[in-house]
Amino acid sequence: MNQSARPNNFFSLLEGALPRIVVAPSFVAMVIFIYGFILWTLYISMTKSTFLPSYDFVGLAQYVKLWSIERWYVACRNLLVFGFLFIAICTGVGLMLAIFLDQKIRAEEYIRTIYLYPLALSFVVTGTAWKWILNPGLGIERLVREAGWTSFTFDWLVNSEMSIYAVVIAAVWQSSGFVMALFLAGLRGIDDSIIKAAQVDGASLPRIYGRIIIPTLRPVFFSSFIILTHIAIKSFDLVVVLTRGGPGYSSDLPATFMYAYAFSRGRLALGASSSMMMFFMVMAIIVPYLYSELRRKRHA
Amino acid sequence: MPSVAARTPGETAARVAIYAVLGLFVLYYLAPFFVMLLTSIKPLDEIRTGTLISLPHDVTFEPWRKAWGYATIGVTNEGIKGFFWNSIRMVIPAVLLSTFLGAANGYVLAKWKFKGSDAFFAMLLLGCFIPFQVVLLPMARTLGLLGLSESMWGLVLVHTVYGLAFTTLFFRNFYVGVPTELVNAARIDGAGFLRIFWKIMLPVSKPIFMVSIIWQTTQIWNDFLFGVCFSTGATQPVTVALNNLVNTSSSIKEYNVDMAGAIIAALPTLFVYFVAGKYFVRGLTAGAVKG
Amino acid sequence: MIRKLRLLLAAIAAVTMFAASAFAGEVEVLHWWTSGSESAAIQELQKMLQKEGHSWKDFAVAGGAGSNAMTALKSRAVSGNPPTAAQVKGPQIQDWAELGVLANLDDVARAEKWDSMVPGVVADIMKYEGHWVAVPVNVHRINWMWINPAVFKKAGARIPTTADEFFDACEKIRQAGMTPIAWGGQAWQEATAFESLVASVGGNDFYRKAMIEADEKALASDTMVKVFEMFGRMKQYTDKNAPGRDWNLATAMVIKGEAGVQFMGDWAKGEFTAANMEPGKDYLAVPVFGTDDAFLFNVDSFIMFRVSDPDAQAAQKAMARLILSPDFQIVFNVNKGSIPVRSGIPEDAFDAVARDAIKAFEATARSGGLMPSMAHEMAVSPAVRGAMLDVITNFFNSDTSAADGARQLAAAVAEAKM
Repeated sequence: MNQSARPNNFFSLLEGALPRIVVAPSFVAMVIFIYGFILWTLYISMTKSTFLPSYDFVGLAQYVKLWSIERWYVACRNLLVFGFLFIAICTGVGLMLAIFLDQKIRAEEYIRTIYLYPLALSFVVTGTAWKWILNPGLGIERLVREAGWTSFTFDWLVNSEMSIYAVVIAAVWQSSGFVMALFLAGLRGIDDSIIKAAQVDGASLPRIYGRIIIPTLRPVFFSSFIILTHIAIKSFDLVVVLTRGGPGYSSDLPATFMYAYAFSRGRLALGASSSMMMFFMVMAIIVPYLYSELRRKRHA
Repeated sequence: MPSVAARTPGETAARVAIYAVLGLFVLYYLAPFFVMLLTSIKPLDEIRTGTLISLPHDVTFEPWRKAWGYATIGVTNEGIKGFFWNSIRMVIPAVLLSTFLGAANGYVLAKWKFKGSDAFFAMLLLGCFIPFQVVLLPMARTLGLLGLSESMWGLVLVHTVYGLAFTTLFFRNFYVGVPTELVNAARIDGAGFLRIFWKIMLPVSKPIFMVSIIWQTTQIWNDFLFGVCFSTGATQPVTVALNNLVNTSSSIKEYNVDMAGAIIAALPTLFVYFVAGKYFVRGLTAGAVKG
Repeated sequence: MIRKLRLLLAAIAAVTMFAASAFAGEVEVLHWWTSGSESAAIQELQKMLQKEGHSWKDFAVAGGAGSNAMTALKSRAVSGNPPTAAQVKGPQIQDWAELGVLANLDDVARAEKWDSMVPGVVADIMKYEGHWVAVPVNVHRINWMWINPAVFKKAGARIPTTADEFFDACEKIRQAGMTPIAWGGQAWQEATAFESLVASVGGNDFYRKAMIEADEKALASDTMVKVFEMFGRMKQYTDKNAPGRDWNLATAMVIKGEAGVQFMGDWAKGEFTAANMEPGKDYLAVPVFGTDDAFLFNVDSFIMFRVSDPDAQAAQKAMARLILSPDFQIVFNVNKGSIPVRSGIPEDAFDAVARDAIKAFEATARSGGLMPSMAHEMAVSPAVRGAMLDVITNFFNSDTSAADGARQLAAAVAEAKM
């Protein structure tokens, strides 16, 4: 890279190669542990593998089968609902809390820590507590009824139609604080003088936020979208702990579907095909977004 | 941002509303932990008869002592303390390794772009979307070939590899924000790749190191799936031990011990957030979110 | 390499400690028995092995009735480094045996006369191509009803022995303001109740056809439609908080007198014992109506992976022998609430419920009513079981008609068999 260096000197050659050498281990790891394994999964998804990998090729038969299983449709629909709500609510709540916290709030540091701490806990830890809180016979519904509002109903967790929404509540609890931190960081990074200038011009505070501040937070939206999508796709513990995919299989997600088929049911090839479908779905959403964001930046 | 000077009634009302909303969310975020804490200091009888938020009549710390020191896990009756140290021994090298590799990658991707480096970054980012269940079996095979199955270093390797995408993302975005003029000036002065990293990048990197370390520590500490598949018996991390304590298939459920165990298992990550939490926002402010 | 070294070191250590014993190896045991009483039971085995000079490396993975443990086992096997013994049950034993990775236990079986002590139906599950490849540990009976007689008395209901009496009792209990059936809304618990109904409505032959052979004609038959009708009828007698409820919380409803009856295997006994309730007086355990002559069983077992190290082989064989020894059978099953899997064990160590179960076990072994449980992974492959559970749990949690339920069951099983 260093064009001015003397080209025939060994050290300068080394120096020029250093950036590549430095990323080489990560590159190799990525090629093997991510893309190699994806290819392996792709191959397994086209075999007859049952409870352990086997390598006899059957083409796309497993995919055909996958799309004939009703439970898979339920899982996909749930991921759409869950993913959309989770990302939208986390972003909304995170942004709102960040803006509010940025208003010279007393004890801001403590409040911030409280908002952030759920990220430190896995659902293996908090699962039971959440299950109790959302269970109508033990948690919120019972508490409100005992407080006197006897017709109060909050039974999402045990209702086939609503169980996926109960999962959203717990998921938002865990991740929205992190989004808040991202936005807060973004807000703190904005130059005060822009806002002052706008205030001098007589713009109202909501208007300043709507027209000036939020648009400059675009990179934060990008980062949080990437991170939230990543979390949504991988949501697994959450469902296992809260509902085990129930009632029935109404709150199943592709990740739990994949685990059940690949590991509990001895249908590894079908599980592999479901995970490839997940991967394709993510690509379909992320790649265009990533592409447009990165392009935009290059032009900016 | 609004001026602190005299407020109109409208502004006062707005501030009251803001505090109310913030307070409401404080309750939302604290609720599960509150339930866990209360349950962990109640005797079993009170858990059976009381409600979630009823305060304990007889406060007991026995569940905590039991979970830590003498609860049954597997065939031992020594609580989760041993597994706790397993996790620490595994988390520290994995966090350090993935953070340093992330820093190096980020430095290259931000300041020493070469042909294909952007493609590398994009691939790395995309790669972090594969669900981890998918990699279990090929990973197991690879670890077996490397002679690392059922060893702590196998787990360290796994966590390092799958943490790279995020640490690289953090550092790249941070280093992009370091003025390129600084780097160019140093190059003209004859400083090389390593020297620029050492003299210019590292000294300003503290906030982003904090972010990376906090993020990786929580991710790795809380992992269950890899822990359960790539470790055995006495080397299992604390999440697996906690699972063995909580998810038993039959006999009496001691919810208070379960909850105490859960809080104990979460203490290190909680500690990290409480102590280093302020660096987290500061570190993010310093550039991780600049895209 | 490291592993062999470690084995060697363990062996050396053991030999120096127990100079008397010639062979001393290590067994690494994957199991999911982590709750207090189960662990106490398995610790006895560990002690017995240690007494013979062998060492025990524990590999406990709880959760999901062994599904976490099976995932861990698969990844260990794929890494080329399986544990020496693993808790695996039902048809999955055949899957592992087919790979040719299991140790042949015939000589232990011959020396200990397993064939004459273990009922043929159970032994068949433990054998691959006629050779013993797994060691059975215990027997649970699945088709039990756990009843709080005080609830029935208060409602003026009789302890049911037929389906009509059962629903009559449910109606009375509901009118008396209590929950008739303590229901745990998880797929495996729903399947536990369902398969008892299959045996109850269709009889043993039908159960065998439908739940063991997974015969599609039987699954789609009118008898199966009747089973679904009865299963669906139960829903109105459960409370609305049932979905997701753990089985022990459902048992607690019976214990507290909030509910009348629970369908559950005999591990439920432990909860009643812990609540100081006496069988026959404070609670009753009776076979599910219409299944007196059926014994749906769940047998836990260990498979042994083939190892080359002679010391480890010796340790494996010792473990296999000890598991079926009278001492261990008593101490383990008393702790776990199950009954011995072999004959010739004195009954006096066991409580009344277990003694009933032992009698039924022996009687049904002769009559042919001793049948593996589908819900507890004893009867059909995991793929077929999974398909059945999906249909059963979806039926119970939706408005599917009984006819559609049976049709879906047959279709899902046909798909899973392919």
